[in-house]
Amino acid sequence: MTTLFFELALTFYFTATIISVVELFRSSKTTTKIMLLFVAAGFVLHTISIVLRYADAGRMPAVNPHEATSFFSWCTVLLFLILEFRYKIGLLGSFIMPLVFVLMLSSAMLPREIKPLSPELRSCWLSIHTILAFIGNAAFAMAAGIGIMYLIQERYVKSKHPSGLFQRLPSLQILDEINYRLITIGFPLLTLAIITGALWAQSAWGSYLRGDFRVVWAIVTWLTYAVVLHTRLLVGWRGKRAAMLSIIGFITILIAFFGIKLIGKGLHVFL
Amino acid sequence: MNILVVGLNHKTADVDVREKLAFNGQKLEEGLIRIKSISGIKEAVILSTCNRVEIYTVVNNSAAAHESIKNFISEFHGIDRSALETPLYAYEGINAVRHVFRVASSLDSMVVGEPQILGQIKDAFDFSLQKKTTGILLNKLMKKTISVAKRIRTETKIAENAVSISFAAVELAKKIFTDLSTKSFMLLGAGDMAELAARHLMSNGVKDVLVANRTYESGEKLAKEFNGRAVRFEDFMHEMVNTDIVICSTGASKYVLMKEQMQKVMKERRHKPVFIIDIAVPRNIDPEINNIDNVYLYDVDDLHGIVDTNRLERQKEAEKAEEIIAEEIETFQKWLSSLDSVPTIVALRDRADAIKKEEIEKLLNKLPALGEKERDAIECMASTIINKLTHPPTTALKEGPEDRDILIAAIRKLYGLDEKEG
Repeated sequence: MTTLFFELALTFYFTATIISVVELFRSSKTTTKIMLLFVAAGFVLHTISIVLRYADAGRMPAVNPHEATSFFSWCTVLLFLILEFRYKIGLLGSFIMPLVFVLMLSSAMLPREIKPLSPELRSCWLSIHTILAFIGNAAFAMAAGIGIMYLIQERYVKSKHPSGLFQRLPSLQILDEINYRLITIGFPLLTLAIITGALWAQSAWGSYLRGDFRVVWAIVTWLTYAVVLHTRLLVGWRGKRAAMLSIIGFITILIAFFGIKLIGKGLHVFL
Repeated sequence: MNILVVGLNHKTADVDVREKLAFNGQKLEEGLIRIKSISGIKEAVILSTCNRVEIYTVVNNSAAAHESIKNFISEFHGIDRSALETPLYAYEGINAVRHVFRVASSLDSMVVGEPQILGQIKDAFDFSLQKKTTGILLNKLMKKTISVAKRIRTETKIAENAVSISFAAVELAKKIFTDLSTKSFMLLGAGDMAELAARHLMSNGVKDVLVANRTYESGEKLAKEFNGRAVRFEDFMHEMVNTDIVICSTGASKYVLMKEQMQKVMKERRHKPVFIIDIAVPRNIDPEINNIDNVYLYDVDDLHGIVDTNRLERQKEAEKAEEIIAEEIETFQKWLSSLDSVPTIVALRDRADAIKKEEIEKLLNKLPALGEKERDAIECMASTIINKLTHPPTTALKEGPEDRDILIAAIRKLYGLDEKEG
């Protein structure tokens, strides 16, 4: 059952992604509406699959790589739907849905069996820590998508040959504002995720830090976004630089997310 | 019955000719009534704008009516008849329909895609309706024209993208800032084009206006006009710290703002974006400034470049519009030919025959015991009733050329002939 709903969600997201990419070339209000309907339907199915998996595993389904990528994309879609509902940003889907689809596809290709969690890790910290971390990451993903849109639109305005997507992309100011807002949402969540992670480690092993690679990268990511916020608030770095920094920040997240598996094993079993 | 358009536009006549032939104010009503009273002219609409004067009519004989309309124009406006030969054009029948469609969709306008013409056509039509100078043909044509123009507006991008410098500037401003009403704006120096751009910005919501002029007094005057505030020219850089949009057009022969100075300004305004439009020739602002982050500098050539591309874009959309028009002409032509009497007579007869057949069948099904003779008698009676009922309308349609189109339309409507055809 879980698999069925997951595959259905993947199919819906796939269709939405195709439509969203086609939208870059030709779009109308109807295509956007259809795309959003597919995303929303996919989201409902995805939610069901996650709830079912929670029931099967008896814990937050964000532990192994399959679950983690799936939950990450679920959070991203959630934020996307909220933003779309709140701001109706033209073409946002074209920049977010491909990422969602890639995440979902990698999730689909990863092994799905449920392995028992070692007893010392079983605690309520699991849910709290992972939900904070993933919603935070989703906000950063969204900020990066918006950042790319900003850079493209900025290119159009600066080049003095506004054409192509210029008319349909939103204004620089709104892109910059939303980018900033997303980072101010993501940053405290990431901070809390690191703190709860440390508390969890403390309750499981009696020490706050077990210098694994994931922890180190989390701190690198945290520092990156601290720089983004610091330069904006104190020096007034906004616009292009803020957009570029938010993209760099997201790349560090992706390295943390996918890179660690290649480098070595740590406490974060799923990575 | 034929649709005839006689007129002139910005392509065939200069403004001094156009203004002489314009039907403005009182002249419109008078002209309309006099045209309608010319024998052979059944319906009339006059469209008179600054770029065109056109008379739409429904006439019995196109050639004769063409002559009498020309005579009327020459007489009404007191212009020599021979002077009208070159500027006046005429279209009849389907070409007239195409012309009206094209005019209303702004394909025939000086600026393709301009929105005013449709409103002007609507007004001209409403006025003629009021004065009762139109009938079925022009009523239908005008309604169709308005719907065609609207269709083109929604289905093509003919009216998208600015095709004037000041609108292009506003469009850019809207892509840099979200809400212009929260932005402040400074006019550096003054000039017609700068003022025009300023007005466009204000009509798009900009409220906070500053004017910095070399001569403070004339700057003050302009500021008053814009409901703004005048500042000393020497202070403009200081004011830029709090200004989001700057339009510059001073007569200076050297740059009044250099990159280093702008960098300082940007630091002070904490890198909030600023949009600078340098309309002056020679330019007033160091073009290098565009390389500073969050500064967007456009000069006259840049804006012209955008306008040119947009014009080309509209031209492409105009081709799509022509296709739509071709399509719509076909449906209009179908309607026109339905006004012809022969198809109407045939349709009326067919309708009657169909009813007859249906009813006889029903009756015979109910009375299966009837013999051959009785059946024939019933059929004969039904045919007689139908013939007697359809005879008067048929002869009326065949006879009078006078008001025939009204009769045709009436019969088609009363007997529901069009509904049946789908």
